[in-house]
Amino acid sequence: MIQAPRLEAIDLWFGYAPERPALRGADLVVEPGEFLALVGQNGSGKSTLAKHLNGLLRPARGQVRLDGEDISGLSTGRLARQVGYVFQNPDHQLFSPSVEQELGLGPRYLGLTPAEVEDHVQGGLQSFGLQSIAQRGPGTLSFGLRRKVSIAAVATLRPPVFILDEPTTGLDWGSAAQLMDHFTELNLQGHSVILITHDMRLVVRYASRVAVMSEGRTVGSGTPVEIFRQPELLQSTRLEPPPIVQLVQRLASSGVEIEGLTVAAACRSFLAGYRVKLG
Amino acid sequence: MTPLVEVRDLWYAYPALAGVAPEWVLRGVNLQLRVGEVVGLLGATGAGKSTLALALNGSVPQSTGGQVRGEVMIEGLDSKRHPVAELATLVGIVFQDPETQFLQTTVEAEVAFGPENLGLPVAEIEQRVTWALRAVGLNELRRRSPAHLSGGEQQRVAISAILAMRPRILVLDEPTASLDPRGKTEVLEAIRALRSEHTILLITQDSEALAGFADRVLVLDHGQIVMEGNPIQVFEQVERLGELGLRPPEIREFAHCLNRELGASVFRFTDVEQAIEALRQAEVA
Repeated sequence: MIQAPRLEAIDLWFGYAPERPALRGADLVVEPGEFLALVGQNGSGKSTLAKHLNGLLRPARGQVRLDGEDISGLSTGRLARQVGYVFQNPDHQLFSPSVEQELGLGPRYLGLTPAEVEDHVQGGLQSFGLQSIAQRGPGTLSFGLRRKVSIAAVATLRPPVFILDEPTTGLDWGSAAQLMDHFTELNLQGHSVILITHDMRLVVRYASRVAVMSEGRTVGSGTPVEIFRQPELLQSTRLEPPPIVQLVQRLASSGVEIEGLTVAAACRSFLAGYRVKLG
Repeated sequence: MTPLVEVRDLWYAYPALAGVAPEWVLRGVNLQLRVGEVVGLLGATGAGKSTLALALNGSVPQSTGGQVRGEVMIEGLDSKRHPVAELATLVGIVFQDPETQFLQTTVEAEVAFGPENLGLPVAEIEQRVTWALRAVGLNELRRRSPAHLSGGEQQRVAISAILAMRPRILVLDEPTASLDPRGKTEVLEAIRALRSEHTILLITQDSEALAGFADRVLVLDHGQIVMEGNPIQVFEQVERLGELGLRPPEIREFAHCLNRELGASVFRFTDVEQAIEALRQAEVA
């Protein structure tokens, strides 16, 4: 088992341009081993907040703590060992002439021995099914494959905490589910996962807690059920629960009481409580 | 009636190195788009969707090279014999990432760019720009820079720029894939408003968007059309879609789950309204 650190962002303020702060007092706690979804409209500050958690950005005001320790004194390299960041755009992190070398870049940078680097690379190629394209240049691959390579490159480092910034954009559902299953496995081994996404069906299926951002602040936090039960929060942040959750809620007002956030759960709940006339 | 677009047994392979066998990305595609139709095209990453889109204005193979067999006829014109510039006035293609297409500093200049290159009179250009911006609800933002707009607004600028060329056929290649839910809604509403005057091919992974919108849905897998029908017929094949890496509308999956457990095909709903109508009649067990 991996022991992930506790991450805490306290009252973070940050602006790419001084007159328009992207973060206006954002708070977030990520408990060790948590699978947290960070949601909100584009421009709400999700990526900006997440980039503070591994020191890619440093706040104008406020503090990030790693196991209680202020990270402002820690180097970006040391933080990268704790918190791995998969960028939204794979092309922002792919530099090497081949997939294999790309996967070795991080481990080498961390000062691992050549044998250890090779181990990490082979492991990464295998878990993401990239063996057949190990020698290809990342630039010659489709978007979906570049996406996988960029994720594998961070995953090979096995940092205790993963930040995945819209990892499934451009992937079909089969590849997206496969990818998320991989991180669920890492999560079960103790890694914390922070998933930034717009896909509420992924949130329901994979995250145990949701933090909602709006205009540079965290405006809500709870289990998916708790979040979807707050119509005002959903409206003000323009979040839309998955269709099955909308159906369950609408059925309640038609007098049909079932529960469940997923198709399987709602299906079980309906069949347990109601009789359907056949034929 | 002759279809506006007719693709007949289309095979295509991108250029390969000498001595390497061609890898067919499209393998015998047949497709017809009739006047006023909205057709959805679903398919996993790498299925050949974007290649097929580019074949509809001749960019494939005219700009890409490679090997091609079969025919693409656009309003009766053979796509191999007419330049892309000509075909582009008939078929407008909108891509996933609008910002990569922007060249101008204001929204209106961006939308005017195509008509200007057609050498149209100034008054006609102005009239087209205003019409095309209104069609997507952006006339208010015409003096802004495209770079400073939200994702949904940028994608609507891209659609507007294509509309200003007055194509009868619109091909939209994953136009909502990089947008947040608000941007997605904006863009889908803009597309909906266009259906009365255009024939539309909407390429997407978003089956929920197609369920209430498309007249027909096609599924592309490894360069071949493997499923075809109205949205109900296609989306009720939940397991088959899953095998192809695709996600059916969630409400349709729910109906499928109930049917499977009941051992009978009782429910055929695909959206929330239909589901409520069907399920409110159930009795408490």
